[in-house]
Amino acid sequence: MKEIIAPLSKMLSSGEISSVELTEKYISAIEQDNKIYNAYVSTTFDKAIENAKAADKMIAEGKASLLTGIPMTLKDNICSDGDFTTCCSKILEGFRPYYDSTVWTKLKAQGAVMLGKTNMDEFAMGSTSETSCYGAPLNPRNTNHVTGGSSGGVASAVCANIAAYGLGSDTGGSVRQPASFCGIVGLKPTYGAVSRYGLIAYGSSLDQIGVLSNSVKDAAIVFDTISGVDSNDQTSVDFDFGNIAESLDEADIKGMKIGIAQEYFEGINGEIKDAIFEAVKFFEDNGAEIVDIKLPVLKQALPVYYIIACAEASSNLGRYDGIRYGYRPESFNDVEEMILKTRTEGFGDEVKRRIMLGTYVLSSGYYDAYYKKACLLRENIIADFEDIFNQCDIIIAPTAPNTAFPLNFKGASPVDMYLSDIATVPINITGVPAISVPVKNDSNGLPIGMQIIGKKFSEKTIMNAAYFYEKNADVQVKDFEGGVAL
Amino acid sequence: MSYQLVCGIETHIELATKTKIFCGCTTQFGGEPNTHCCPVCTGQPGSLPILNRQVIEFAVKAGLAVNCKINNNSHMDRKNYVYPDLPKAYQISQFDEPLCVDGYVELDSGKKIRIERIHIEEDAGKLVHDGGYTYVDYNRGGVPLIEIVSMADISSPEEAREYAEKLQLIMRNVGVSDCKMQEGSMRCDVNISIHQPGEPWGTRTEIKNINSLSNIVRAMELEMERQEDILDAGDKVIQSTMRYDANSDTVYVLRSKENADDYRYFPEPDILRFYVSPEKVEEIRATLPELPDAKLKRYVDDMGLPENNARLIYKYRNVTRFFDDAVNEGAGAGNVLNMIISTVYAVLQTEEDKENFDIKITSHQLAELVKLIDSKKIRANKAKEVLAQMLESGKDVTEYIKAEDLAGLSDEDLKALCQGAIDANPKAVEDIKNGKDKAINVMFGYVMKNSRGKADVKKAEEIIRELIK
Repeated sequence: MKEIIAPLSKMLSSGEISSVELTEKYISAIEQDNKIYNAYVSTTFDKAIENAKAADKMIAEGKASLLTGIPMTLKDNICSDGDFTTCCSKILEGFRPYYDSTVWTKLKAQGAVMLGKTNMDEFAMGSTSETSCYGAPLNPRNTNHVTGGSSGGVASAVCANIAAYGLGSDTGGSVRQPASFCGIVGLKPTYGAVSRYGLIAYGSSLDQIGVLSNSVKDAAIVFDTISGVDSNDQTSVDFDFGNIAESLDEADIKGMKIGIAQEYFEGINGEIKDAIFEAVKFFEDNGAEIVDIKLPVLKQALPVYYIIACAEASSNLGRYDGIRYGYRPESFNDVEEMILKTRTEGFGDEVKRRIMLGTYVLSSGYYDAYYKKACLLRENIIADFEDIFNQCDIIIAPTAPNTAFPLNFKGASPVDMYLSDIATVPINITGVPAISVPVKNDSNGLPIGMQIIGKKFSEKTIMNAAYFYEKNADVQVKDFEGGVAL
Repeated sequence: MSYQLVCGIETHIELATKTKIFCGCTTQFGGEPNTHCCPVCTGQPGSLPILNRQVIEFAVKAGLAVNCKINNNSHMDRKNYVYPDLPKAYQISQFDEPLCVDGYVELDSGKKIRIERIHIEEDAGKLVHDGGYTYVDYNRGGVPLIEIVSMADISSPEEAREYAEKLQLIMRNVGVSDCKMQEGSMRCDVNISIHQPGEPWGTRTEIKNINSLSNIVRAMELEMERQEDILDAGDKVIQSTMRYDANSDTVYVLRSKENADDYRYFPEPDILRFYVSPEKVEEIRATLPELPDAKLKRYVDDMGLPENNARLIYKYRNVTRFFDDAVNEGAGAGNVLNMIISTVYAVLQTEEDKENFDIKITSHQLAELVKLIDSKKIRANKAKEVLAQMLESGKDVTEYIKAEDLAGLSDEDLKALCQGAIDANPKAVEDIKNGKDKAINVMFGYVMKNSRGKADVKKAEEIIRELIK
């Protein structure tokens, strides 16, 4: 895996290349390659050049930081003032927020350059990015296969080197799973570590903005900048992570206790299981201690996740009614008809499915049996995980039970698709951090990802373990050839 | 057929915080439409609510003022429904853990109207209908509200009015709201049902859009009549939402509520649970001012002031503070009160004037004037004239009453005047000697006139009678 941010930063500060020149390279690459990958759904090239000029000024004045002048992308559900942000949904067609998300405010202050918004499952609901109203993005590793979802466009762009890094969102695995499918790094921070202000909400108690990058170090550098308590988000937490990127150089896993739960490997395909166990052996050979842990509640995590996520989503998506922003039908006789038509015509099938599910589990007569029960079970799962982290420092598990599906895979019903989230959703339910790193390719040449999970606010620990692996193990997922070369 | 009334009232009160409940927009009334807005209160995608701590403090204060118990642990819930004035398609409110519970308002009769709960929530925007179109103004969206729910303890329209009026008085005096029904900062929804004595309670209807205290009575009377007519005819009352229209003085069905709305309440995930410590509650309790009914009691029972006069000031926080401050400086309560209701009120004529209390003099300046009346250095009528002038100029009493005006009448001067009175009125002297005692009034008149009102009448009488002998 290659580091991109630090080397680029060095080239920029030494004057070897200007941010404007670098940005122009990325722009050409996008103009050429996006036709193939459909990663970007909207581009902000003029703004990018402006950002780049400002960055060059910062560099000249000696005020640059690692992220200054480096072109990146935001998932299409993260707001930036004046730029199309549509959640890849017809219902937000033409929508431009009039404010910046906190993460973009922070990145902009460091002189980051935004190239455009990248593709996703509509309203982040999905695991393949195929529910996008702009069509699916393609997996650069094999364009007959999906990128995964819902941050599929971000993963595709970062993998194909048409963005140096990207910010996605992870509610049930949407940063980690596409990272795994595309063979790149995906970090989901602790719930509350990164402000959600400006992230268009799907499941409020589950959503977190995460980082997709080509190396663990890059993810750490970005996380160090975007994390932090925010007065615009009362669920954000004031925790001092220290400078994680710098701490990586001392990364060591000797004596680290690694928890392996059999429940995580049930129903996982053989090649993936083997790949993960090989990685675990690598850790063991380097001084880590493997601890057998029990997670019987794991299988309850899926229904708990879908009940809570859909319930919150059914409420969060109520505001899309055609009155203040977004799509509005051509003709209607009254307000009620307008709202009905807006939502009927504007939302895709998967979104409608989840809204109906969410409305049902919250409705009178069913609330106790579904939503309330799910919340109580959630507490149990949280307690179990806390208990586990008394026995070990990190948990290692597969990121997904499969590698990238073929496009338009008809073999799966919606519920089958939901089941594929088994490895990732427990992390969102408990709010703990997790990072997915590539391990090796399967026999079809598709990447397999390993998840390193820690307790709340242990980003430093999991990234140290991930970095150690990346640097010292024989990672058999090649650097992608294409896009902008360093 | 004589029916009994069962009535409960839900009151929404806009809290007078500077900014809205979940964002920093101003709560100021009026303004061009959609100018007091931001991403949060217009429900823009990606926005998040930030709970305003002062809202909790105001709500706790309001709860304590009506004798509620405060829930130390509380949280917000989402109430989901669709309406154009509700930008998020849910209202952030409180469902099963309201901030305040189990309070009461005591009516003059001693009857307590129990308060079931008080919770905090956000207001919706305003719909404006014009020329066949409907416009939405989100300025009001996000303004903090408390919803006060009474138990069905009210048994007459007059009790309903009194309950609402007392709530209004209390909340104004405690400073959490200006409670102006005509501006919408206080809204009462009245729920009523009627039944035959001994029978179970009837089906209730809810009356909305009542915009004044007297219209509470009117709307209830109309609705009671309507329900009586229905029951007398042998029909059933249908559970509905009614609307009172002041222009046509009618109550009519807005919508029937055969099926209760399902709001799918669930805890608001964007706002964490909050905790108001017992210490904080006591801290807030200590800031509660003396409430109007307690003040009235003090004025009448402790100070011995005439009740009808005390009632003229007891409602107004600023007036009573002015009164109490002057009295605390040593000015006589009766005289201070009289000066206020006669002369100060001539300048503060409307309710609003009395609430705003925009006058040019301080309680100290009034006290100085009243002390002169108390020590009989000037007469009340003179004082009123002077006060009127002080209110216009803002100047001290010393501007208008000079030292020599205040100089008392010496005993010699008084005696001289009395002698003068006798000399000038020989016939009166004759009359007195002949038993027509009333003639002495002429003498008094002389003495008062020539002493410019400073003479002590009793003393003068003694002297005159002595001299006549």
